[in-house]
Amino acid sequence: MVPVSQETGQGASTIHEVLERVRRVMHIAEGFLPPAHAIAWGVASAPFVVHGVRSLTREVREHPESTLLLGASGAFTFVLSALKLPSVTGSCSHPTGTGLGAILFRPPIMAVLGTITLLFQALLLAHGGLTTLGANVFSMAIVGPWAGYGVYRVLRRGQAPLMVAVFFAAFVADLSTYCVTSVQLALAFPDPGSGFLGALGKFGSIFAVTQIPLAVSEGLLTVLVMRLLVKSSRGELTRLGVLLSKGTKQEAMAP
Amino acid sequence: MKRDTKINALLLLVVAALAVLPLVLGLGDHKEEPFAGADAEAETAITEIRPDYEPWFSPLYEPPSGEIESALFALQAALGAGVLAYYFGLRKGRRQGAERAGAEASAAVAEASGAEGSRPAPTGSARPDAPGGD
Repeated sequence: MVPVSQETGQGASTIHEVLERVRRVMHIAEGFLPPAHAIAWGVASAPFVVHGVRSLTREVREHPESTLLLGASGAFTFVLSALKLPSVTGSCSHPTGTGLGAILFRPPIMAVLGTITLLFQALLLAHGGLTTLGANVFSMAIVGPWAGYGVYRVLRRGQAPLMVAVFFAAFVADLSTYCVTSVQLALAFPDPGSGFLGALGKFGSIFAVTQIPLAVSEGLLTVLVMRLLVKSSRGELTRLGVLLSKGTKQEAMAP
Repeated sequence: MKRDTKINALLLLVVAALAVLPLVLGLGDHKEEPFAGADAEAETAITEIRPDYEPWFSPLYEPPSGEIESALFALQAALGAGVLAYYFGLRKGRRQGAERAGAEASAAVAEASGAEGSRPAPTGSARPDAPGGD
């Protein structure tokens, strides 16, 4: 069932070569975090998801009309995390699509939508896993949305145009997810020589190179969807505080 | 409107270029298995870093082949794309419906004020209470 140490025919391959192959993973595979790590990340993630479920039910109760847009945000994550795209390093990875929902509905709700996506992939696709769900939720559904949302707020406060803020929010949400995955892997599998920091440096640098073009793609796709939303759902975006008022709206639309 | 469409097309074009360029430039040629994207690769990688590591849990369900797996990934993308398309289609339909209703209402108002004949005001000012849309 699990391919245990397929012979690479290279005897003692350097750790760099080994890590070079790890970068292709987006979510940590089933059973590949030691139980203590798996439980710890699960415990760390649970409160965010519980809080997210509460925010989600409150949002739906208070604004039933937002259900559609909630569905669309979840659908965006579904599409993007199914798209395995080739990257400049010669391997494939996929975006996360969590930036959009974080901007629209704030990160707690995105924690739920991201968890649903991860569950779907863990149960049906054997991509990610149930034991590593906590760790993957933490990186993709919690840290990613919060980092993206933080960047979005800072840029908006600094009078950045809406689409610029949206691009960098999605970019950072994507990239930070991978950074957290690197940390999680480095914690679980420290480099025999240089320890946690050494492993983190290697994981981090490798992840970053592969993921930067994909994060750019994700940013552009999020901008595209946001442009369509601005055109089609002006009222709802105003209620959610993405579009502020008539004056700022014009300003935000200008490149 | 037209400029909007152009910008959207350009965005898609750049995304497509970002995906295609690595393939065209052969950036995966130095690999045994170029553009692989499987978790299995990472699994073997970790078992190589820590040869003693035993995965202590295996997936409850695993797609029996790469074809089935890609079918399920396609299903995931299709589900998402379907919901997104439904959303935007619904929005567009509602907007058009509201516009049509607004136009009909203002036309009715104009007709009514024209029939009265008391005030030949331009139609623009004769529709203060026309539905604002949304």
